[in-house]
Amino acid sequence: MSSNGLKIAVVGGGLAGLAAAMKIAEAGHSVDLISVVPVKRSHSVCAQGGINGAVNTKGEGDSPWKHFDDTVYGGDFLANQPPVQRMCEMAPKIIYLFDRMGVPFSRTQEGLIDFRRFGGTLHHRTAFAGASTGQQLLYALDEQVRKHEAAGMVNKYEGWEMLSLVLDDHQVCRGLIAMNLQTLELKEFPADAVIMATGGPGLIFGKSTNSMTCTGSAVSAAYQQGAKYANGEFIQVHPTSIPGEDKLRLMSESARGEGGRVWVPKNPGDKRNPKDIPTAERWYFLEEKYPAYGNLVPRDIATREIFQVCLEGFGVGGENQVYLDLTHIPAETLTRKLGAILEIYEMFVGDDPRFVPMRIFPGVHYSMGGLWVDFEQRTNIPGLFAAGECDYSIHGANRLGANSLVSCVYGGFVAAPSAIEYAQNVERGSTESNGIHAAELKRQQEINDQIIRNEGSENQYKIHDELGKWMTDNVTVVRYNDKLKATDDKLVELIDRFKHISINDSNLWATQAVPHARQLWNMLHLARVITLGALNRDESRGAHYKPDFPDRDDEKFLKTTIAEFSEESPVLSYEEVDIGLIEPRKRDYTKGKSKKA
Amino acid sequence: MSETNGHHEKKRLDNPPQTIEFKIQRREKLGGETRWEVFEIPYRRNLNVISALMDIRKNPVTKDGRQTTPPVWDMSCLEQVCGICTMVIDGRARQSCSALVDDLLLASGSNTITLQPMSKFPNVRDLKVDRTRMFDHLKQVHAWVELDGSHDLGPGAQISNETAQERYAFSRCMTCGCCLEACPQYFEDNYIGPQAIAQARLFNMHPTGKITIDERLDGLMGEDGITNCGNAQNCVQVCPMSVPLTKAIYETNRDITVNALFGWLKK
Repeated sequence: MSSNGLKIAVVGGGLAGLAAAMKIAEAGHSVDLISVVPVKRSHSVCAQGGINGAVNTKGEGDSPWKHFDDTVYGGDFLANQPPVQRMCEMAPKIIYLFDRMGVPFSRTQEGLIDFRRFGGTLHHRTAFAGASTGQQLLYALDEQVRKHEAAGMVNKYEGWEMLSLVLDDHQVCRGLIAMNLQTLELKEFPADAVIMATGGPGLIFGKSTNSMTCTGSAVSAAYQQGAKYANGEFIQVHPTSIPGEDKLRLMSESARGEGGRVWVPKNPGDKRNPKDIPTAERWYFLEEKYPAYGNLVPRDIATREIFQVCLEGFGVGGENQVYLDLTHIPAETLTRKLGAILEIYEMFVGDDPRFVPMRIFPGVHYSMGGLWVDFEQRTNIPGLFAAGECDYSIHGANRLGANSLVSCVYGGFVAAPSAIEYAQNVERGSTESNGIHAAELKRQQEINDQIIRNEGSENQYKIHDELGKWMTDNVTVVRYNDKLKATDDKLVELIDRFKHISINDSNLWATQAVPHARQLWNMLHLARVITLGALNRDESRGAHYKPDFPDRDDEKFLKTTIAEFSEESPVLSYEEVDIGLIEPRKRDYTKGKSKKA
Repeated sequence: MSETNGHHEKKRLDNPPQTIEFKIQRREKLGGETRWEVFEIPYRRNLNVISALMDIRKNPVTKDGRQTTPPVWDMSCLEQVCGICTMVIDGRARQSCSALVDDLLLASGSNTITLQPMSKFPNVRDLKVDRTRMFDHLKQVHAWVELDGSHDLGPGAQISNETAQERYAFSRCMTCGCCLEACPQYFEDNYIGPQAIAQARLFNMHPTGKITIDERLDGLMGEDGITNCGNAQNCVQVCPMSVPLTKAIYETNRDITVNALFGWLKK
């Protein structure tokens, strides 16, 4: 415990949460770090490509301003610009810090950090460590936080899940309630400030590229207690993921960068081995529709086209999959240029992509939306802060590759001093003795008891499957208002049916049934925010695409969607976007590579 | 890596069975008795162990039609990069996300897949184990670089790409525990084990990390230290990330010898 006795809790031990925890411990304050899994196993490990920062060691004249412009443009101008600019200015320093921590970044012949090019930019701006940059950055922070843990400054609660915030009569956050996932014990975590860094909500879509911990549950709980949720409808769907029975695994777009061709059989019922289908009977639909760019059209376009082809019944074997074919490229070249990512495909599917076309499909990948925060990562609830994928602040309507890792660290680095400053000034009053923590704990215990007692006929895993299917079918790539409306009706029905689930586990020790039920309830409510946000936004912008409203409409919708919880239905309002630094211009990647104004 | 045939397609079962059996070792709670339960699920192509477990969880009924509790196991990334879903599958410790049913059936020649928790860690329930001690080992060897602070101090030391790649190989360790499960010297936490030694090596190779090498080596010279290694080399064979564990042990032993020598000279 620090001499001044501040209590700060961080929820989530991924990149953003660990970044915040490290900064708080370093400032001499103790931290409670709450995480559903041992923090080293957080979803940040899945990031492959790299981390962006305009270090400009390649003599290309790159600068933080250019990084800023690329990010704002890539996000279709929906992001408030000041925090994006600040992030891009901090980015080179963040990369250098990770370098000092010992991240094994790939190096140049001079021994400097190497940088590669990524989508949405003209510059070599992406530092990388093999094909697992996220894993390497997470480990570096994990190590630093372990040092502070060994010194007694960080108290880890791994295997604990946040259920709710503790709010006082004035809606001020005074801590949180979390559940031990082994014993189901509930515990109060009184705190002067709480930082949420709980990541994305991919599991709302059933299968996604996200880890199984990415339910968005804690964020949804905060939303249901009054935290504003912003731009929920902006969900990035990556064009090439590997469909699996259990999840969708990412196939890096560098496969297309090296010449990969996307196709389906012209005859939808064609059951032949792909190599036995002659070229004339293959439909290279991206090359046909976009002769200039072919398979290298921007991410959102590729995603939409693949999705559409499958909806029309042309998916391979009648399923939601198309071929991503590298087999025309010499195997030796592929091994040299794409070895690591091809191994992932081979490991999980079994086929060797150097000789057998890969089967891929777009997969839900990232949420641009999240908890509303101001430029200091403060939510609308005093004492509650947010950082990382669970906040909405950086990526606007679409995130650029390799910007997620930098935004997570940035968010944590801003949230930490912001929370410390708040905690140093907030009056505790009688919050330690007036019983609000115990009352909230009791409320949460009653919810658990109710779930355990229920003996209805519904199966929670089947409800989750239905949720995922409806959301994936109607609220991802191509959106129609009638289908969005029908989806919201369905969500209301699922919320009602949830009340009739019975958990199918009579052994409550380390059961997954009760935590999953809590997560499912929260996912259903967050799904409504995503769906209704999409229904209300009659335009197309970034990842949000409505064929009936194909253009961006700045006059009506250059605005942040704000959702606030009410029992009936999320209440939506709109907030002006701060566009004071770069004037919005049409986002158009079809006119050649020099997109710069 | 999966086996591939001459056409580089996954070697699949020629006549896949209609159903497959999962024989799962169950335990209700820490310290409880173990028992076996058999579940039967329809065969599907591209099934992995995790998807099968998800199926069973939805409707946990044993092969002989008895309603039971859903098996409990840990899972997160499902891309073999977080390490959490490690269990013993047909006798071998590995991640259940990357264990493909076809490969397992081909290797065993049977229609049954056997799942057990790792035996070297406290068994929380069913297939779930508690690996906290592995993270404690990382504290013991000071597996981090000592910084003056996380404020901006410019870039770190220049490092050759060769060294960076060598360190990257050690840094891929996801603390899954396969090496400890396979190590014949490791029981009841008597030995710190290959993973922690490799992490010590990772930081001892770093120009800044090297400054505090003594602290790291100290952590490896106690009763549970590096001398427990019996050179069975099982660890390096089972490591799913191909971490050069035996190389780390060899090089760390050398560091200890050199350090002892210089320590003596300093006196």
